Amino acid sequence: MTTTAPAPVLEAISIGKSYGHNTVLEDVSLEVYPGEVVCIIGPSGAGKSTFLRTLNRLEVPDTGEVWVGGEPMGFELRSGRLHELSERRLSAQRAKTGMVFQHFNLFPHLTVLGNVMEGPVQVQRRRSREVREEAVAILERVGLGDKLTHYPGQLSGGQRQRVAIARAVAMKPLFLLFDEPTSALDPELVGEVLAVMAGLAKDGMTMLVVTHEMAFARQVADRVVFMADGGIIEQGPVAQVLEQPREPRTRQFLQRVLE
Amino acid sequence: MSTTRTDGVRPEGRTLLPQVRLKHTGRWISAAVIVVLLVLLVIGASQGDIDYAAIPAYVVSPVILEGLVNTIVLAIVAQVSAIVIGVAIALMRISKNPVAVAFASGYTWLFRGLPVLLQILLWYNLALIFPNLQLGIPFTDIVFVSLNTNDVMTTFVAAFLGLALNESAYMAEIVRAGLKSVDRGQIEAAQSIGETPAQRMSRIVLPQAMRVIIPPTGNDFINMLKGTAMASVIGYMELIKAANNISSFNLQVMETLIAAAIWYMVIVSIASIGQYYLERAFDRQDRRPGGRGKAPTLRRRVAADLGRAPLIRSTQ
Repeated sequence: MTTTAPAPVLEAISIGKSYGHNTVLEDVSLEVYPGEVVCIIGPSGAGKSTFLRTLNRLEVPDTGEVWVGGEPMGFELRSGRLHELSERRLSAQRAKTGMVFQHFNLFPHLTVLGNVMEGPVQVQRRRSREVREEAVAILERVGLGDKLTHYPGQLSGGQRQRVAIARAVAMKPLFLLFDEPTSALDPELVGEVLAVMAGLAKDGMTMLVVTHEMAFARQVADRVVFMADGGIIEQGPVAQVLEQPREPRTRQFLQRVLE
Repeated sequence: MSTTRTDGVRPEGRTLLPQVRLKHTGRWISAAVIVVLLVLLVIGASQGDIDYAAIPAYVVSPVILEGLVNTIVLAIVAQVSAIVIGVAIALMRISKNPVAVAFASGYTWLFRGLPVLLQILLWYNLALIFPNLQLGIPFTDIVFVSLNTNDVMTTFVAAFLGLALNESAYMAEIVRAGLKSVDRGQIEAAQSIGETPAQRMSRIVLPQAMRVIIPPTGNDFINMLKGTAMASVIGYMELIKAANNISSFNLQVMETLIAAAIWYMVIVSIASIGQYYLERAFDRQDRRPGGRGKAPTLRRRVAADLGRAPLIRSTQ
């Protein structure tokens, strides 16, 4: 897919992050355009998850800027300077983004429906009657229309992750961030989650996915980003990065993964 | 000739042998010993120099009942205040403000470290060092309110301050442990859907922390009910003081104290039952796949422990 013209919905500029002397991210820049599905691959310890978490400011970068829908994440632009926002106003910015975690992080004290309605009702202050209809529709789409009153503890891993995706989708975010969404699942449950994600991609959802699922990247992604040692080594269309990688680091990694 | 069997079916003609269960002779003997000792204890107690027949009248006498009400009021007011202050101190303790953290640590250290009785006595005698309590602006003559300390520091207020402040230090630790027990991922998930710090606390963290907070809080409340007895030292009319007031006239010390003891047992039992149901209400997230749903009611659990149908039937 070639994207001409539209402004990026998500833009990371020179993100840097270190813990003490340990540099996790160095000068990472990335643009994601509306409707794009971008997969981030790379060895563990490459900084993929940390980078993803700087994008909705769950992790505060030491340097660099993140722009979401034309707004600087965590800041307000006033007379040429970025003024840091209060935690309250940062929360309002985060509501425009969605995230799916490796360990689901469903709210165990709320039902499946309660998990999905939490954001729209509490954060967006929408009427719970209309939210309920939407939430039920979303849950039906992820195949959980019959589990509305179940609690997360009563679901399988695959079902939990699908609820987590529904919870993020219900906020109608500008884009979804997926942090290794299938890494904590039993192998036979991975397929159902990837199928839901592929469905979202087909419907035009903008997605940034940190994953080890090469088959998913090949089939669903528009672009693949290869990260290693806290930086982006190579990025481009799926066919190019996965089939004819330019960088030796990428080739080395793919060889090990695809064996 | 033997063949390897792989069909998993019981061999033809093979019947199962009868099994004889172990007889727990030791259990029967120790049970009998306990029962005999208890019977001896009751016989011994019945021969003491005490007027058992007088106790029921004391149990329902107006003086004892007044003491009962005062005991309950003091315990509830002190415990509720302690919970409110404890939550505030716990939030300071886990905040990122170093001054607040230090203050909270010092608060806990001070109020948990001193005996409650000593704290009650210090508050009660406050007038010795501060005869007047004033609210105004320091180093000026502006005074908004000025009160005589002895008017403010009644036996109730002194007992309340001693009990509530001491308990608040314990509550702060209980609440802190509860907040820490909630998985970090829960806060991140709440952040990811855009919840503000206040929403995260009230909607996500506290409801989950309650499961950890309630059991020790229930224990503390039971301790608080009994701890009010210390207020008798400064003359607050709770159960012990009420019992003493009666016996100072008629010298039936043991009879009146036993009447007080009966009331303590009653209110402590009620508090225990209340705690059980409170824990059950916050038990929702314990539901597991194919789970048992809610914990059984107390009646059903007792019945299950006894291995038979409910003994206590609800009146229809």
